[in-house]
Amino acid sequence: MEQKKETLLEIHDLSVSFRMYDHGLEQKDLKAISDLHLTVHSGEIVAIAGSSGSGKSLLASAILDILPDNATVQGHMHYKGQELTRERQKQLRGTKIALVPQSVAYLDPLMKIGPQADGHYKPKPTEKRRKLFERFQLPEHTEKLYPFQLSGGMARRVLVSTALITDAELIIADEPTPGMSLEQALEALRMFREMADEGKAVILITHDMDLAFEFADRVAVFYAGTTVETALASDFKTGPEALRHPYSKALWKALPQNGFEPIPGFQPYAGSLPKGCLFAPRCPYKTEQCEKQVPPVREIRGGEVRCYHGA
Amino acid sequence: MKSLNHRTKVVILTAVMFVLLVAVYACGILISEEAVTGSFLNAKRPPCLEHPFGTDALGRDLFLRTLKGLSVSITVGLVASLISAVIAVLVGIAAANGSKWVDALINWIIDLVMSVPHTILIILISFALGRGLKGLLMGIAATHWCSLARLIRGEVLQLRSQQYVAVSRKLGKSSGWILTNHLLPHLVPQFFVGLILMFPHAILHEASISFLGFGLPPEQPAIGIILSESMRYLSTGMWWIAVLPGLTLVLIVLLIDKFGDHLRMILDPYSAQE
Amino acid sequence: MKGTLGRIVRIFVTCSIKIISLLFAVSIISFVLVTVSPIDPVQQYILGLGTAISPEKRAQIEDYWGVNEPPVERYFTWLTELLRGNLGESAIYRRPVADIIGERFVNSFALMFCAWLFSGVIGFALGCIMGMYRGKLPDKILKKVCYILSSVPMFWLGLLFLLIFAVWLRWFPIGFSSPVGVLSENVTLWQKIHHLILPAFTLSLMSFANIALHTRQKLVDVMNSEYVLFAKARGEGQWTILRRHGLRNILLPALTLQFASFAELFGGSVMAENVFSYPGLGSAVSAAGLQGDVPLLLGVTLFSAMFVCVGNMIANLLYGVVDPQIREVGE
Repeated sequence: MEQKKETLLEIHDLSVSFRMYDHGLEQKDLKAISDLHLTVHSGEIVAIAGSSGSGKSLLASAILDILPDNATVQGHMHYKGQELTRERQKQLRGTKIALVPQSVAYLDPLMKIGPQADGHYKPKPTEKRRKLFERFQLPEHTEKLYPFQLSGGMARRVLVSTALITDAELIIADEPTPGMSLEQALEALRMFREMADEGKAVILITHDMDLAFEFADRVAVFYAGTTVETALASDFKTGPEALRHPYSKALWKALPQNGFEPIPGFQPYAGSLPKGCLFAPRCPYKTEQCEKQVPPVREIRGGEVRCYHGA
Repeated sequence: MKSLNHRTKVVILTAVMFVLLVAVYACGILISEEAVTGSFLNAKRPPCLEHPFGTDALGRDLFLRTLKGLSVSITVGLVASLISAVIAVLVGIAAANGSKWVDALINWIIDLVMSVPHTILIILISFALGRGLKGLLMGIAATHWCSLARLIRGEVLQLRSQQYVAVSRKLGKSSGWILTNHLLPHLVPQFFVGLILMFPHAILHEASISFLGFGLPPEQPAIGIILSESMRYLSTGMWWIAVLPGLTLVLIVLLIDKFGDHLRMILDPYSAQE
Repeated sequence: MKGTLGRIVRIFVTCSIKIISLLFAVSIISFVLVTVSPIDPVQQYILGLGTAISPEKRAQIEDYWGVNEPPVERYFTWLTELLRGNLGESAIYRRPVADIIGERFVNSFALMFCAWLFSGVIGFALGCIMGMYRGKLPDKILKKVCYILSSVPMFWLGLLFLLIFAVWLRWFPIGFSSPVGVLSENVTLWQKIHHLILPAFTLSLMSFANIALHTRQKLVDVMNSEYVLFAKARGEGQWTILRRHGLRNILLPALTLQFASFAELFGGSVMAENVFSYPGLGSAVSAAGLQGDVPLLLGVTLFSAMFVCVGNMIANLLYGVVDPQIREVGE
């Protein structure tokens, strides 16, 4: 699997906050993503795993600059070594960076599948799309259907083909598996593997840990809007001793096949984040330092971790 | 320093608007009949300090006449909306609580009322009651309840499916008990909000129907009648008869509308968050 | 395509049954209303003749009107005649009501159609602008305009326009659908249009705020939808999104709303025709009500109900035929 690893996307200290009205006219900023780090190389699948509310989908929106109007973004994103400005995001989205959305709700209910998958691109990529549909074993009449007439599996394949129709180098797949049968999920993930092997980079956003380990090269563990650890997928297969962050270890132990051991406490709410390490309130190893200051990113054994004590 | 929070501001503003409306209403009531009987010596005066809205062809002061007309409009609008809102609540509850048959019948009746243009239905009702105030009131009351009734029907159906209502029923509470203890507390704000939303519509309808000549007798000071009279003098350049009373009516309707919005914000905590 | 046709027929049949039941009820209710009225139609009819008449003649007229028969019997007589197309004779115009309605509806139709089209097109366009600039200045200004417009009585707006455009600027005539003193066959199309512009514009202002605000809301919903987010992620710009997804999703609701608003349109035309002395059904019905012309009043009432029902039926058909999601459910 070791290809020449070109760094495609680099994210440093990314923060996303939302401006909300709290009481009447009082405004409040909610930090949904804080100081996030992530690196994606071409030819690999990076899984982003974390419980709901950890900011996974927001990251996709931030990369594409499709956040709601009341969001503000801070930090740095680089694409192929160059700063990813709003101007550039506008150019790249839909051409070099493609999103595979979660469900059929992301398709226009009143537009037939054919023209919908073709998109607004000129010239119309109808030929290419037909070939893709064929490859995905979508029957020929699919292009004449409306989104609500698709089965779950068909919809998934259509959504994936909207990304492949472009010449995207980076594909962000947002929770592609929920609602699918195991076979369909495996099939979808096999497709992403294939894309990565063709040299594209795939960011796979999921809360299904098992599938993430199975198909990804690396796994970034999200917690309360930040990456607490980025590890090789193989580390997760090895077990908690190969992992670096207490949360990743706890997450591993919480899996059904590993003892189903729940993690005490709750993920902090975006409006009331702790001052230091975001995991500190639930961490069994926390020290005074953890509660005072956010730990920096450290490289340990080929992975990255945000913990003073991780080893 | 923030001295007042948003809610307090809304409450104060609402109170100010309410006082203003009551003041207009009181002025109209308190103005004596003599004050609006004019003399031909004063006829056809354009607006001046003595007569801010000018005078009409009979020398009557238009400002006082407009104020009197507004108090009539407010009375008619309020009474008609009140009747209409009561009908709406009764019909809405009946539709939601009755059998499928009752519900279908009520829906059909609503369609029936909606199928005749309201202006025409009011003309018919006014005709049936020999024109005049009663016909006007009944006409407006009979045409404005439909949408609120539908809303209340939906609300009751939704409330009835709530668990606490189902529990009460299992506990053997009578439907009357459920109605007074669970449903009415929710419907009271709906009733008031509906009433307030209807109010400006009712006033506009009152003015329209009076303008057509189906409302009050011509010697009464109603805005619609003043405007209807103004038609005769339009081509002679007496613009003030048409412009100023109409403008005052618009301002009052806007005031009531805003008042309603604010009152709704106070009554309904959900919309206050928006 | 067999399914589409079947659906059209099904909607058409269910709508028609409902319309017939509604019209029947309207006929009963309006008949009851004019029967209980203290205004005596015979007296009004005789007053309309303008000459004194003998008691025998009066008895003859009363006999013709069936005043002495019980109301139920009278209703059925009227209904049978109605079904034969005989709506009776107008007391004001001394002509068959059916003829008057036919003639005047042509005028009213021209007025309502222009206003309907104009308010629909302008309202829709403004709604789109408001939706695209939601929360920004153009949206705020237009919202205020719509809001104020819905608090202004339409007939007063008509008076203002008369004052400004007819009295002061002399761009338009003060009233009537054709110049006074010109024989109807000599009236040119331009003259007719000239007399139509001001009332049609006034009438369109009544309903345009409604359609604009409705379109705005629908567009805002669409623009906040997940499929627009995805379109954005695929690199579509704001206006491409409006063209590809916005219009597609808001046009049908707007069109349906326009067809479902025939009642307001007709009611508004009563006001506009009275302000502008425009000889349509609206001025006929108010004259009928004021002068106790019962046959004309009943005729126009029934006709207006029919007009509204047709609009509602078109709205239902449109939704049933065009919306693919409903199409699917039906099959």
